[in-house]
Amino acid sequence: MSLWEFIAQRWDRLLPEAALHASAVIQCTAIAAVAGVALGVAVYRSPTGSALATALTSAILTVPSFALLGLLIPVLGLGVPPTVVALVLYALLPIVRNTIVGLAGVDPAITDAARGIGMNRLRVLTRVELRLAWPAILAGIRVSTQLLMGIAAIAAYAKGPGLGTEIFSGLARAGSANATNQALAGTIGIVVLALVVDGLYVLVARLTVSRGIRD
Amino acid sequence: MTEHTGVEIRLDHVTKRYPGQEAPAVDDVSMTLPAGRITVFVGPSGCGKTTTMKMINRLIEPTSGTITMGGEDVLSMDPDKLRRRIGYAIQQAGLFPHLTVAQNIGVVPGLLGWDKSRVADRVREMLDLVGLDDDFAGRFPRSLSGGQQQRVGVARALAADPPVLLMDEPFGAVDPITRGNLQDELLNLQSELGKTIVFVTHDFDEAVKLGDRIAVLGPRSRVLQYDTPEAILANPADDTVAGFVGAGASLKQLTLLRVRDVEVDRDSAVTASAVDSVADLRTRMTGRGAQWALVLDRRNRPSRWVHARDLAAATSLAAVGKPVGDSVSLKSTLQDALEAILTEGGNAVVTGSRGEYLGTIGLETVTAVIARLRDEHAEVES
Repeated sequence: MSLWEFIAQRWDRLLPEAALHASAVIQCTAIAAVAGVALGVAVYRSPTGSALATALTSAILTVPSFALLGLLIPVLGLGVPPTVVALVLYALLPIVRNTIVGLAGVDPAITDAARGIGMNRLRVLTRVELRLAWPAILAGIRVSTQLLMGIAAIAAYAKGPGLGTEIFSGLARAGSANATNQALAGTIGIVVLALVVDGLYVLVARLTVSRGIRD
Repeated sequence: MTEHTGVEIRLDHVTKRYPGQEAPAVDDVSMTLPAGRITVFVGPSGCGKTTTMKMINRLIEPTSGTITMGGEDVLSMDPDKLRRRIGYAIQQAGLFPHLTVAQNIGVVPGLLGWDKSRVADRVREMLDLVGLDDDFAGRFPRSLSGGQQQRVGVARALAADPPVLLMDEPFGAVDPITRGNLQDELLNLQSELGKTIVFVTHDFDEAVKLGDRIAVLGPRSRVLQYDTPEAILANPADDTVAGFVGAGASLKQLTLLRVRDVEVDRDSAVTASAVDSVADLRTRMTGRGAQWALVLDRRNRPSRWVHARDLAAATSLAAVGKPVGDSVSLKSTLQDALEAILTEGGNAVVTGSRGEYLGTIGLETVTAVIARLRDEHAEVES
């Protein structure tokens, strides 16, 4: 059986798995975006805080995903909880770092003007600084999403949802019929999904970045 | 509309000390900034003039002392509410790049809770006030020239009609020609609006041009001299001020006076109409002992200078002599007049609003004015 025949045959299984995969990645990215931007906002004014937050989130990223999931299973069990925790942690670094860089890159003259015409701290942050840092933050979120697409496959090791199931099951049956096709189907599915979601980000950027600061 | 909408600002023993620094950044400054006037803080970089200004809208909190605005203590007000009543324009405009020109101008009215249609009306009014077309409303700051950005910056500062306007080197980053235009426009605006304007610059010429009062500030914002531009130019308080005023103080004084402020010599020159007879003019010139005569056109505008020897061979006054080069109007500065005198190599012609001949102004008038100013301000001093 060729790969294409295999995919056509297993379509009814692959499609829901792809949907679950995308859903897990997008939801975890969303959680990481909220947490990462909040962390970035909290530390960007302090050089020490910024360095600390970046170092911490970088350290998370250096832990191999297999190891992290393996460590989380005894604590959180199998399935969704360890998957979500691992994915959110891995997604933090690009978002936190880009939030810090984006906010620190806002021209101080602009924030000075914003304060000077009577905006309070919160308004300056939400109406000026975050809007100006948004292209950088969005780029961070986009990188995180791509990162999670791959890492989410590993989550199948912890019985997490998604296309990783196909890959693991294919690899486990290596040598038997359609084993390679199964692993490849999962892999290709992830790549296609990643490309589609990346395209969506271009659209989101067009809709949410002011024309005044778009490249 | 010449009534003043501005209010008086008083700084009373204001000091700013930063933690960990031995010397205060601003040391015991007391000053009264008159309502509806432009007061310029001028001084070298790092002298604390911007710090002093920013204490008025509390972007920097004074360590001690009091500041009042129209009698109200600004230090006991909510800083954000205070700032919405004080226009703020800075170098390179500080426009929000992600907002359109209209949104930038509408920020403060929006903060004050104006409804949308009122904000829109106000934006149009402000664009008109600073001389920008309605088309600019939807554009983003990055598509504007430096001068246009500065205009939008001023429009944003004035949008909520604040009684006070703080300007921190607002024209520092534009080319000299645009800067001159922006300065002229600011003066025009001010003659209409009568705000209390605090203007910070390190350019003494700009201070002379714009200021009703100039505060020359030294290190730690110490007030070296606080007076009218005329008085500072005529009689600098000390060597530091004199050094800052720089060379050519007398020439700078001439920029402050207009031709209408001095005596125009109404019959120093022999004048003739282009249709007068040559013989008649020659007789009159001989009678006055004049070497030169001025020929006027039919609408009484000066057209040519004629020398006595030109007349010997002439049959008509229509084409003899040399054209009048540079002339000045009553609104011209004495500096322009001096320039015209030097260009013409003699008295400069003064014309009225429709270009008609009014008289001439000579070098001795200009030197007399300078001498008189020196005397006046020297007397005030002693």
